[in-house]
Amino acid sequence: MNNKVQLDQVNIHFGKTHAVKNVSILFPENSVTAIIGPSGCGKSTLLRSINRMHDLFPSARVEGRILVDGSDIYDKGVDPVSIRRRVGMVFQKPNPFPAMSIYDNVIAGYKLNGRMVKSEADDIVETSLKRVALWEEVKDRLKTNAMNLSGGQQQRLCIARTIAVKPEVILMDEPASALDPISTLKIEELIEELKERYTIIIVTHNMQQAARVSDYTAFLYMGELVECGETKKIFTTPEQKQTEDYITGRFG
Amino acid sequence: MQQRAETGKDCLPFTTSATDRTEQTVGKPRTVDREKAITGDRIFKWMTTGFAFSILIILGLMLFQMAGESWPALKQFGWQFVTGRDWDAVQGHFGALPYLYGSVVSSVLALLLATPLSIGAAIFITEIAPKRLGSLIAPLVELLAAIPSVIYGLWGVLVMAPWLQSTVEPFLIERFGFLPFFQGAPYGVSMLAAVFILMIMVVPIITSITREVLLAVPQSQKEAAIALGATRWETIMMAVLPYGRSGIMGAAILGLGRAVGETMAVTMVIGNAPQISASLLSPAYTMPSVIANEFAEAVSKLHTAALMEIGLMLLVVTLIINALARLLIWGVTKDSSGGAA
Repeated sequence: MNNKVQLDQVNIHFGKTHAVKNVSILFPENSVTAIIGPSGCGKSTLLRSINRMHDLFPSARVEGRILVDGSDIYDKGVDPVSIRRRVGMVFQKPNPFPAMSIYDNVIAGYKLNGRMVKSEADDIVETSLKRVALWEEVKDRLKTNAMNLSGGQQQRLCIARTIAVKPEVILMDEPASALDPISTLKIEELIEELKERYTIIIVTHNMQQAARVSDYTAFLYMGELVECGETKKIFTTPEQKQTEDYITGRFG
Repeated sequence: MQQRAETGKDCLPFTTSATDRTEQTVGKPRTVDREKAITGDRIFKWMTTGFAFSILIILGLMLFQMAGESWPALKQFGWQFVTGRDWDAVQGHFGALPYLYGSVVSSVLALLLATPLSIGAAIFITEIAPKRLGSLIAPLVELLAAIPSVIYGLWGVLVMAPWLQSTVEPFLIERFGFLPFFQGAPYGVSMLAAVFILMIMVVPIITSITREVLLAVPQSQKEAAIALGATRWETIMMAVLPYGRSGIMGAAILGLGRAVGETMAVTMVIGNAPQISASLLSPAYTMPSVIANEFAEAVSKLHTAALMEIGLMLLVVTLIINALARLLIWGVTKDSSGGAA
């Protein structure tokens, strides 16, 4: 299998804090990789480096190489905006645009490509909403405000907004941690389906979730990669004592 | 109860008296205490109600008083006071339309120029400028709002008006003279000068309020747009401005309120000629200016009443502007629950 994303000796500093230390991971194409670890271990920081979200903070410094399809996204001359269109992101708290309708939210990112005809936009909205299993719930009220949806629906709307841009990789930063169990389940089912088309990297503090949705798991502790490999193996016969202690709930 | 009272005594020495009382009244309803508390609540409720209504009462009294004082003019001219264009204290003709026109046109034009400028400045301070530069500029902008208006007026009449007369107005006449807005001789002191001075005066207000509004836009909203591959400009248009739109409109309305009521600076640069002209280059007059200029020399009762009626009109115009603005904000935001208020 192809490695879609590759981290090669990545170090991330925030001012004087060394948040991620010398991490190298391979993310195979069309698979789900979970990054787990206790709070503050640097997993979100690592995730956000993969679509250059750290560019927003002048104090953040990313070293090492992050390759998407073999080319370094931090190379000079690479436009971060174009990277973010290939590597989409779903956040911890659902963040639809409050001033927009459901329809406009879905099409917001795609619209940035430039002019498009209405039928094309309609198609994109319908496919994206169907792909996140939200179409049936909202098809009669596409023009109503997105804030009227429940939290779980909002999060699926945000995923629809992300895939409408047609990314290749989707980063998810604890996408279900603000949701109720039923919505969480729906998101997890969705992730399972999405991996057919996208490479998914998901950060989660919920180990059961990692075990349920992911093919590969990486365990991060204090900014260092302790172990990574197939999820089944990590959860049944981990090589490192630390990993075992964490997944059995002895710390974290 | 007993248990809790005792622990309370242990860790919170200052509740001793309260615990003593509790021990005595265990099992008995504490009627006296409750009644006292309820009475206190009731007094508090009436007090706050009174405070709230006092504002309405003051407004009502003002309207009543002004209507009373302007009664002779109201009785004599009726609607002609609002529609008439003659203002002649000697003959006793009073028509206030030129003042109404001057106030509305100068304020609205100033607002139209100032709002985009202010939004741009606020965006620069909050989103574009490096943090240090932004936090240097922001207080400077607020300082501009604190300059007394007579200073703006002085600058306007001594510096800006001559510059308008010698440079800007001849240019406008030459290039855009075919438009009715830029015809006539360049006087310097003119409607245009009033528009500019008002614009300069309201920009700091609108900028600093808009800045507060933009600072309140959550990072998650911006990140949502950025993660979709939006550039800085697209992020501002997609996430930042829509989120703050009702607040920005509120800022513009406060600016308009200031512009309508502004007296001193406008009086100094507008030329004070009660006429209605499409040309921005001709002098004009505003409602606050005529009150300020004439109240001291108003000898006849009718003249005083007419000035008082202009004051009444100014008050009503301000109320109408505010009501319209509220309707506008309500119309834009009723469909969504989000956004900064």
